[in-house]
Amino acid sequence: MIVKLLSGDRPRSKMLSAVLLLILFGLLFAPFLFPGTRSLDTAARICIFIVLVASYDLLLGYTGVVSFAHTMFFGIGAYGTAIALVNMGASYSAIALGTVCGALVAGAFAFVIALFSLRVKAIFFAMMTLAVASAFLVLVSQLSGFTGGEDGLSYRIPREMTPAFKLVKEKVLGVRLNGKLITYYVVFFSSLCLFLVLLRMVNSPFGRVLQAIRENAFRAEAIGYKVVRYRSVATILSAVMAALAGSLMALWLRYTGPATTLSMDIMVDILLMVVIGGMGSMYGAVIGAVLFLLTQSYLQNLLGLLQESLGSLPIVSEVVSPERWLLWLGMLFICSIYWFPKGIVGRLRGT
Amino acid sequence: MSDSLIKPRIERPSLSQTIEAKAPLLLVPVLMVIGLLAIGSGSTWLTLTAAGLAMGMMIFIMASGLTVIFGLMDVINFGHGAFISLGAFAGFTILGLLGGWIESPSIALNLGAVLLAVAFAMLVTGLAGYGFERLIVKPVYGQHLKQILVTMGGLVVTQQLIYVIWGPDEIVLARPAAFQGSFVVLGAAIEKYRVLAIVIGLALFVAMRLVLNRTRIGLLVRAGVQNGEMVEALGYPIEKLFLAVFMVGCALAGLGGVMWGMYQETITAHMGAEVMISVFIVVIIGGLGSIEGCFIGAMLVGLLTNYTGFLIPKLALVSTIMLMGAVLMWRPQGLYPVVKAH
Amino acid sequence: MSDALLSLNGVHTHIGPYHILQGVDLEVPRGGVTVLLGRNGAGKTTTLRTIMGLWQASKGTIQFDGTEIQKETTPAIAQREIAFVPEDMGIFTDLTVHENMLLAARNGAIDEERLGWVLGLFPPLKTFWQSAAGNLSGGQKQMLAVARAIIEPKKLILIDEPTKGLAPAIINAMIAALKELKEMQTTILLVEQNFSMARAVGDTVAVMDDGRIVYSGDMAELAADAGLQERLMGLSLEAHQ
Repeated sequence: MIVKLLSGDRPRSKMLSAVLLLILFGLLFAPFLFPGTRSLDTAARICIFIVLVASYDLLLGYTGVVSFAHTMFFGIGAYGTAIALVNMGASYSAIALGTVCGALVAGAFAFVIALFSLRVKAIFFAMMTLAVASAFLVLVSQLSGFTGGEDGLSYRIPREMTPAFKLVKEKVLGVRLNGKLITYYVVFFSSLCLFLVLLRMVNSPFGRVLQAIRENAFRAEAIGYKVVRYRSVATILSAVMAALAGSLMALWLRYTGPATTLSMDIMVDILLMVVIGGMGSMYGAVIGAVLFLLTQSYLQNLLGLLQESLGSLPIVSEVVSPERWLLWLGMLFICSIYWFPKGIVGRLRGT
Repeated sequence: MSDSLIKPRIERPSLSQTIEAKAPLLLVPVLMVIGLLAIGSGSTWLTLTAAGLAMGMMIFIMASGLTVIFGLMDVINFGHGAFISLGAFAGFTILGLLGGWIESPSIALNLGAVLLAVAFAMLVTGLAGYGFERLIVKPVYGQHLKQILVTMGGLVVTQQLIYVIWGPDEIVLARPAAFQGSFVVLGAAIEKYRVLAIVIGLALFVAMRLVLNRTRIGLLVRAGVQNGEMVEALGYPIEKLFLAVFMVGCALAGLGGVMWGMYQETITAHMGAEVMISVFIVVIIGGLGSIEGCFIGAMLVGLLTNYTGFLIPKLALVSTIMLMGAVLMWRPQGLYPVVKAH
Repeated sequence: MSDALLSLNGVHTHIGPYHILQGVDLEVPRGGVTVLLGRNGAGKTTTLRTIMGLWQASKGTIQFDGTEIQKETTPAIAQREIAFVPEDMGIFTDLTVHENMLLAARNGAIDEERLGWVLGLFPPLKTFWQSAAGNLSGGQKQMLAVARAIIEPKKLILIDEPTKGLAPAIINAMIAALKELKEMQTTILLVEQNFSMARAVGDTVAVMDDGRIVYSGDMAELAADAGLQERLMGLSLEAHQ
């Protein structure tokens, strides 16, 4: 049953299985294990980023295509839901319509980009997507009438999903059962489903063709697979998944703006998560996202302590300043590419 | 062996082929005319054209290194933007130290400060380029996917190091007194600094062409762009050549960074990554590896950005993307595709 | 053999997952033309590229003039006065004929006297001296490729199929050029499928198959023994004669 849910793609390492189970249960019981608004927020972000990063891995790790437009698709999904909620009011139909439209638009955009540039070299594709995504970001920031511009959009979601809605009056295990909790579980189970769908995709015959193309595009073409077509489909699927993750983000934050969905910083974060977690394995996305987001919150504390103890040395204390956590992750990223290209998952699997 | 047996024969290009080959050169004046028609006012057009050419020159300076590096070694440095920022910060440090020279009304002192700043910026970015090539780029020659990722990582780390050295805040600095204000030409206000940028950019383009076409090292670079393996088989270590070109490319990015910084009068660690968008569009339009294409692409992007910035401000960046799309539909490899031996 | 300028001992070369050279033993005597024969895919081009260091030998040694060179880089090998004319000729098409030749002159200046001799061998190069090499015809490009290899005196010249797809007149020019080089005691290792060309210029011959040398000896012996030819190379070579 479990193996079937995982589409036959077992973790293949005791350590990895243990870590994954820990993450699964940690997230499942997050509201009770780590009470508090901030930790619940971190947990929800982890769920959403797992999907976002996994969908990126479909492209990068499984297909061998480097795209810098992934946050654009993420943003399209988020803005789709947000715009629907703003214009149609806080209703479930608005959420559904916005989510579907966002996914469709993302898919269509991905199709156009794929049409234009997948025939050419990887480098071309990377540069093109970077340019297009940046232009999209600027456009969204400027079309303030439609997108709220730089300030973004704040909106209301159905009452049952807000903290104001109380499921029961009393606290259960010290936690208030309110609408925010419901939203968390919507996010959690949606993310879980999307992740399992992605897992299914990469372990299907389609996924295996993608990997064959990544290994040797020329040979795959010779065997008779239409490389461009497969790459295009992977790009589109990955974009749709990213858009769905974006819709979840819009739902969770009740706010959508350029900085939370479209910014290049998020794109870099996704890259770091995929590579450090492990390219070419969906579980890598899980590990990468968890590690990164926890680091983002907690490495800063650690560095803060380090800095205090090194306070007197001028440059050194700057290097370990809490704001410089990205410096350390950046170096880890470079080292990963050189010495363990399959990331943490590869290490745990001992390959 | 008599000559008559082997008839000298060479294919003469037909007229239409000649026009086809020269067509990209016409794009810049065509765009200028379209701009004039769309804007209507001659003096506004002149101001915008000067601004566009100045911007184009600065982008060209930053992009030229990137495109030659690609041509020679098939390497695209996604961290190129870090050198733009680094150059700007290094240059501004000198300008900050020479505050007295900058505020002085003496053009000589102003120019001296700028030249020192530029020299220091190019020195710093050139040396940083050496480290970057050895540590980041060299281990992943020939592996495009890793190359993109690892140079992106290099960008992140370099940006963070800029924060470590110069602090997280943007630096604001006024331009030297001599380069503030405008000339008035035919009723159009043209900023002095833009004229300086155009002069430097043109001088650099001419100098680059001279180096490439008249010197032995330029000959080696042109040969290496076409067929690096054969250059090696003739006995030249292309890796050393590439390292040198990489360092020069980074130094040029640094130069562009100082100029861009003085143009904006504000610098941030992210400025390089932001300008890189235009730089990428320019090298794609021009054809990866081609200096001429890069120059024309930069002019087109500079002019178009300023024209649309005036006519429909919201579409300035999008218009350059559309230009890129149009060019690629016409010539899928860019205006001047570089013929590779392989 | 002590008079070998170049000798390969048990050389293996892998290209990606493919094991192309599987223990090549080859001797190239000083001052003569050695012809490497064999069907397509036998490993002839790989042998030349391995000697040049363009592909790394995974096993075995390559001795040139008394030194082992199999670990050296391509430029270092080239600087030992070894010239290479690759199968695709390796012409810089955007450069002029003059510039192509200039690159082959390692110290930056072409020796006028020697240039006169080379242009005498290949007159069309003189006609198109300032034209882009990309505009030359296939035969002219091949002439340029060979001219580039001999514009400075070399100890060894590696030439990969110089007659492929060329008109008979140009093949004759090539044969004439190689014969003149031979008279100047230049050592040449020539990959060739055209047996008449091979017979016209070759002193010694080696035949490759499946990544190994299966025969080596004097050209005259092989040329005289039709049975041996047939056994080594099949009937296909007869068609070339």
